[in-house]
Amino acid sequence: MSTDSQSSEDEALPSRETLQERIEQLEAQVADLEDDDSKKMSIIATKGSLDMAYPPLILASTAAAFGWEVTVFHTFWGLDILHEERSRDLKVSAVGNPSMPMPNALGAFPGGDRLATWYMNREIEDNGTATIEELIDTSLEMGVDLQVCQMTADLFGYDTDEFYDGVTTDVGAATALRDMADADIQLLV
Amino acid sequence: MTQEFTAAETLDVRGENCPMPVVKTKQAIDDLESGDVLEVLATDPGSESDLGGWADSTDGVALLEQGQTEMDGVTVYTHYVRNE
Repeated sequence: MSTDSQSSEDEALPSRETLQERIEQLEAQVADLEDDDSKKMSIIATKGSLDMAYPPLILASTAAAFGWEVTVFHTFWGLDILHEERSRDLKVSAVGNPSMPMPNALGAFPGGDRLATWYMNREIEDNGTATIEELIDTSLEMGVDLQVCQMTADLFGYDTDEFYDGVTTDVGAATALRDMADADIQLLV
Repeated sequence: MTQEFTAAETLDVRGENCPMPVVKTKQAIDDLESGDVLEVLATDPGSESDLGGWADSTDGVALLEQGQTEMDGVTVYTHYVRNE
């Protein structure tokens, strides 16, 4: 069949070039999808207490062990996890936490949080639980992208060089949203 | 226990807890050649389920065998993982 003939019937059909172009587009899309078989996880870490610093770091480092691509966007109090000095002094709040193995009313007295923190740190040590610093180092080593929300860093007056080496700075909500849109798993902690 | 393989390396994560047995196994297995077997010694009882789950979901690794043994009066969970 000649492609030169311009009958009205032929005009209704896409040209060979158009079809070829479309096939190439689809092939490129399939190749992209095949490349993209590794899972992605995006975590937003908003809490800076010792107990709440663990879940995002444990999930992030374990997901990296699965070969997943992981980003953790740290914002508000979650920033303290990546702040080198503050991360070594994260505290547990005894107030409003009925699971603490001490009378809840004690938490409201001066030194209540210090007592709860001391207790948890002792348990962490006795149980061979990794420290926050160890989990951060391991996560970075395994390629987890730990991100500092620039807006909250400015709000809290943290300088870029106060965070652990290897974290990503100068990122904002749009970066986090893009990561969430690309991810198979999205978590807000 | 029938072992039809020899471990090229041993990873000792006794005394360490979640997530370290899995995370350190991944790091150690990546340092091995394809076909090599890693022996993992752990005291974390959760390592049995966790290493199984990890090996199921992770490309390039195969969990060959898991077991339990007593060492110095402590239960040790053994895992044999091959780099595929």
